[in-house]
Amino acid sequence: MITLNVNGRARAVDADADTPLLYVLRDHLGLNGAKFGCGLGQCGACTVIVDGKAVFSCVTPISVLGGRAIRTVEGLGTVDDPGPLQRAFIAEQAAQCGYCIAGMMMRAQALIDANASPSDAQIRAHMMPNLCRCGTHMRILRAIRRAVDATHAASASTGGKHG
Amino acid sequence: MTRAPIRVSRRAFLAHAGALIVTFSLAPLHVAAQDAATHKKLPGSLDKAPLLDAWIRVAADGSVTVFTGKAELGQGVKTALIALAAEELGVAPSRVALITADTSRTPNEGYTAGSNSMKDSGTAIQNAAAQVREILIERAAGKLGIAADRLHARDGAIVADDGRRLGFGDLVAESYATVRAQAQSKLKDPRTYIIVGTPLARVDIPAKVTGGVAYVQDLRLPGMLHARVVLPPSYGARLRDADIANVEKMPGVVKVFRDGSVLGVVAEHEFEAIRAMRALGASAHWDEHASLPQGDVHSALQALPSQTIVDADTHASGAAPARTLEATYRRAYQMHGAIGPSCAIGLYRDDALTVWTHSQGVYPLRGSIAEMLRMPSDRVHCIHAEGSGCYGHNAADDAAAHAALLARAMPGRPVRVQWMREQEHTFEPYGPAMIAKVRAGLDASGNIVEWDSEGWSNSHSTRPGGAGNLMPAWYLASPFQQPAPEPIPMPEGGGDRNSIPYYTLPNVHVVHHFIPSMPLRVSALRSLGAYTNVFAIESFVDELAKAAGADPVAFRIRHLTDQRARDVVNAAATRFGWEGFQRRRGLGRGFAFARYKNLAAYFAVAVEVSVERETGRTRLVRAAAAIDSGQAVNPDGLRNQVEGGIVQSMSWTLFEAVTFDATRITSVDWSAYPIARFADIPDRIDVDVIDRPGQPFLGTGEAAQGPTAAALANAIADATGARLRDLPLTRDRIKGMIGV
Amino acid sequence: MSAAEPSQGANSAPAGSSAAAQPQAWGEHTRVSRVVNGLFALVVSAGVSLGCAQAPPAADTAAAPTFDPARVAKGAELAAIGNCHACHTAEGGQSFAGGRALPTPFGTIYATNITPDIKTGIGRWTEAEFRRALHEGVDRGGHQLYPAFPYDHFTLVSDDDVGALYAFIMTREPVAARTPANRLIFPASIRPLLGIWKWLYFDPGRFVADERQSAEWNRGAYLVEGLAHCGACHTPRNFAGAEKRSERLEGGDAENWHAPALLAASPAPVPWTADALFGYLRNGFDARHGLAAGPMMSVVDGFANVPESDVRAIATYLTRLPGERRNAAAPDVVAAASAREFDPTARHAPDRASEASHAGAASRDAGEIIFAGACAICHYAGEALPARKPVPLALATSINATDPRDALRIVVDGLHPQPGDAGAIMPGFAGALTDEQIVAVVDYARARFSDAPRWTNIADTLRKIRREDGK
Repeated sequence: MITLNVNGRARAVDADADTPLLYVLRDHLGLNGAKFGCGLGQCGACTVIVDGKAVFSCVTPISVLGGRAIRTVEGLGTVDDPGPLQRAFIAEQAAQCGYCIAGMMMRAQALIDANASPSDAQIRAHMMPNLCRCGTHMRILRAIRRAVDATHAASASTGGKHG
Repeated sequence: MTRAPIRVSRRAFLAHAGALIVTFSLAPLHVAAQDAATHKKLPGSLDKAPLLDAWIRVAADGSVTVFTGKAELGQGVKTALIALAAEELGVAPSRVALITADTSRTPNEGYTAGSNSMKDSGTAIQNAAAQVREILIERAAGKLGIAADRLHARDGAIVADDGRRLGFGDLVAESYATVRAQAQSKLKDPRTYIIVGTPLARVDIPAKVTGGVAYVQDLRLPGMLHARVVLPPSYGARLRDADIANVEKMPGVVKVFRDGSVLGVVAEHEFEAIRAMRALGASAHWDEHASLPQGDVHSALQALPSQTIVDADTHASGAAPARTLEATYRRAYQMHGAIGPSCAIGLYRDDALTVWTHSQGVYPLRGSIAEMLRMPSDRVHCIHAEGSGCYGHNAADDAAAHAALLARAMPGRPVRVQWMREQEHTFEPYGPAMIAKVRAGLDASGNIVEWDSEGWSNSHSTRPGGAGNLMPAWYLASPFQQPAPEPIPMPEGGGDRNSIPYYTLPNVHVVHHFIPSMPLRVSALRSLGAYTNVFAIESFVDELAKAAGADPVAFRIRHLTDQRARDVVNAAATRFGWEGFQRRRGLGRGFAFARYKNLAAYFAVAVEVSVERETGRTRLVRAAAAIDSGQAVNPDGLRNQVEGGIVQSMSWTLFEAVTFDATRITSVDWSAYPIARFADIPDRIDVDVIDRPGQPFLGTGEAAQGPTAAALANAIADATGARLRDLPLTRDRIKGMIGV
Repeated sequence: MSAAEPSQGANSAPAGSSAAAQPQAWGEHTRVSRVVNGLFALVVSAGVSLGCAQAPPAADTAAAPTFDPARVAKGAELAAIGNCHACHTAEGGQSFAGGRALPTPFGTIYATNITPDIKTGIGRWTEAEFRRALHEGVDRGGHQLYPAFPYDHFTLVSDDDVGALYAFIMTREPVAARTPANRLIFPASIRPLLGIWKWLYFDPGRFVADERQSAEWNRGAYLVEGLAHCGACHTPRNFAGAEKRSERLEGGDAENWHAPALLAASPAPVPWTADALFGYLRNGFDARHGLAAGPMMSVVDGFANVPESDVRAIATYLTRLPGERRNAAAPDVVAAASAREFDPTARHAPDRASEASHAGAASRDAGEIIFAGACAICHYAGEALPARKPVPLALATSINATDPRDALRIVVDGLHPQPGDAGAIMPGFAGALTDEQIVAVVDYARARFSDAPRWTNIADTLRKIRREDGK
């Protein structure tokens, strides 16, 4: 039994310690966001955030995650109450098939959390590990920019860092 | 009013509980005789499924369900179809539910392919919705005792000009289950549209960005087992043995399946299945033999027996050309490369099988699986659930076949089969390698006066259609043979799609060599032969323009008589700033135009590229495109598809080629088959949608592939002086042409 | 006798001091500019001022001479061998326009703009001035050049080859780009003091063939010691930053990587044959050593465009130097390495129950569990899928090296080809694993795959790497 902190909640999981997080999220915890795209750390469809860093959940065994904070796209908001990044992706209609999008969002969220005002070049460079086959990149970049600006404006108005 | 003879259908019976009154008649059970006498072609797919309630159902509570035989592939078709129905019925899109591709519930519309969804299904649904609305209006007129022209549909009700109102639910006590569609509909005037033609928010995006259940990969059925397959290491491999007994003892494994060379493992948990798959694969011994062409693959293909098809042969008298040019263009095998490897769930129970699949064609798949399992097809039920973008015939049907086989081996429990990345890469059917040879003559004024081209290609469609096109069936102990492929006839075409230039030319001779023998597995990849043929034509047109000393855009306009074609050309050129373009070192511009299949969407694109002289590294800097898809249902969806098509085509064009040695496919994952990443994405893409209200739907999804390739080649030639004709236009090839 | 040992696969292969147009680091951090260690040092001698600037040459001319295309082509090949592009091109910058920051222990040096731009490049330089820079380490104005520009190697290049290089450089695209001023600490900032360094450590002079050796060997020697400047990375340096001649090619540093010893001290389990080394340099991969990684990637990129005979000559020279190792027969080593590969299913064999139910699960080697769940996805025994697996880790130089630095670099950053290129992709694990976990898995890998003694400085080295990356 391993206890994982997923989206702020402690979840007990009965899986072998060397099981990659991706399968635990999907099969044990019923979370759909992180996706199987390659299982090899090449495509980023499985991207989640661990302790603030974007990681490939397909090559991260749960044995290394005790006491660490795991965030998935489900933790960013819900259909009824989407978070800023989700609202940005909906507003920009930043999806075609959408399979890569949850991974894209988690990678982007890690950047937004770490850097209040990334340049366009920094956003592009940061997103390199994630593939999109449909060619939705322009909209993904616009959505990220939109969320950065919204977060920036929010933190400017509240005078503090906004999560 | 006259009553058509009533035909009881199981569908109607099942669907109308609570709202249905069924009456029987001793009249003949089918109406075919009457129809045949008066039969006029019904709009779109109504012709295949003429009963209105096959498409539009109104429930007692007034909610609307729309049925389509098409599937959501990520192209936004669900949203567009809902919009069409909602518009004609006068309801809010949020009150419309859409059921897609399900062999027990929806019409059979074949494959979701060819950019035909709007033309086939959109037209059907639009017309069916309009006709259902008129039925409701007629009924309301009867109930209210007023003339029908005083009534219209609004907000899920029929409203009279005196304010009286009857909700839809009040009007369906009597079913219309037997009402057949008519050839003519009273469609809304496009000028009165409030939904269609406005930017619509996709109905599927909210779930996709919040972790909702959105894909076949997300389906979780009670008692579901996880399965993995072990595929042969090469096409011709046969399994000698594998350590089945020991793998069966691994933790969590419930069964190891073997039928001939088909090998799979079923386990309780997913990662257990993966571990067992590895052990099984490591223990397997195969007999292989070298069968893949080596060296000059294109010459090898051209040497194979082929069937010659004359696609165009028009002659007009005139002077001989003053100048003749000739060039040959080639394209490598290329992948669909769906980001999510194929997946399917099968459930075999009580001699019946249900398969959840992202196949593009659930009806053909059903028949194929039934044939493979030697079951009656009405005992097989295929339900479409979205996968990742497939861009054509990928491994979705094969995963479904695996799910069927494994489910039958585990009766009563759902079995989920997930292909691995390497399996999708090595066994998906590729877009075929092609050759296009073009020769054209210019008169003294620089006009094209003759055009002569030859193309070579394998089939672009080996879809199931029969168990023989399910890859797993080839490896069963009693295998099914892949049937000999047939060319897709023009005007659609396969390898010859878009091989006839859309320009108005006096002498045109186009020949296609259809090569049935397929050394690599091939099938339909987005735009089929159009990608290569438009690449060839539009590259060659630039070469002709240069020889004629003409501007590439003006040269094209000169040879186009279709005003809609000229409109997209002008729009793209203007948006790009073609006239005022300042060429700087290392930068070039290129243009291309095509009308998909010469009868579908019009598309033109202008691009700017940068070429790094020292390395040959090339990047699409910006693109400006214009598309005319007829009536634009969701302009934002159109734009999304066009942007995506441009980026994907850029990736194919600059990077992509399947690699193989004498025995095996070697481009097994993204490391060996690189595709565009964020570093390659342009600075901007502008898409002008030319809306044609009221015009037939022309589709959008495949329009950008070919023109983008040609525009890139033309821009590279503009930047460097180097004319490349072999796809992909890799940096090594570009550098090789630039030299030092 | 030595086994030439440039580098390796899944393990690093640092190389030329000139690292390339780096592939973008896709990991969770962006790589800070490379370190070129020990480029120079200063001997501060109060009052001594040797190597004063020599008088500038006669009035310059802005005339653009034309060059024979064959000469330009030859110059291109030589530039590929010398890997000029890698140092003289900023990340994301225009070719040869300089601006790349090279951190050194003495501060930062910026590689200069060597495009033929008149104002900001070397457009005014005559061939004689160009030659003097390569042969003597002096620029057009007569100023000393920092040996970050390895003229201690380039001095061996023949006049004719220098001429070809000149033809190539002068026909590149001129780019207006002012090179930023160096930011060096005192006394490194005093250029003239380099005269002392040269007097102590620099022997100008052309290559002299060894008559006892074959033509191919001599060609290889000429290239390796000269233009290819392998020793600039692969030779250790003294306190003054000069290469230690007595320890030639016995391992050095380049850009946060360790460039392994190429000769007797090479840690690679399988000795390099000339054929294997040729294949490695040409294709970036050898089945018994692995991939070119890190700074070696750009070197290999250049060698793809160089005449085959030159690459062969380099391979021949490096595998026949004194100190070449004679080890256990290669096939035995390879077989043993394959047998040692990690079998992820063995942990879950029929006779081993699932760990989750095992009370002692927590006491299992944490490093092994990490390896099983993170590394063995690709680094595993057998061929379960049609995949091109990495070479067995037991054959990897980085796992067998004296220094854990390269193994750590690869685990932290991963491996990535240039965008658009095919090439191994290994994810970086910097975010997924904590530093302790990285140490655990690297320690485990060393214990499992290498016969060499366990590293005792993994944690320290990782801390240094983190500092280098600005973390």
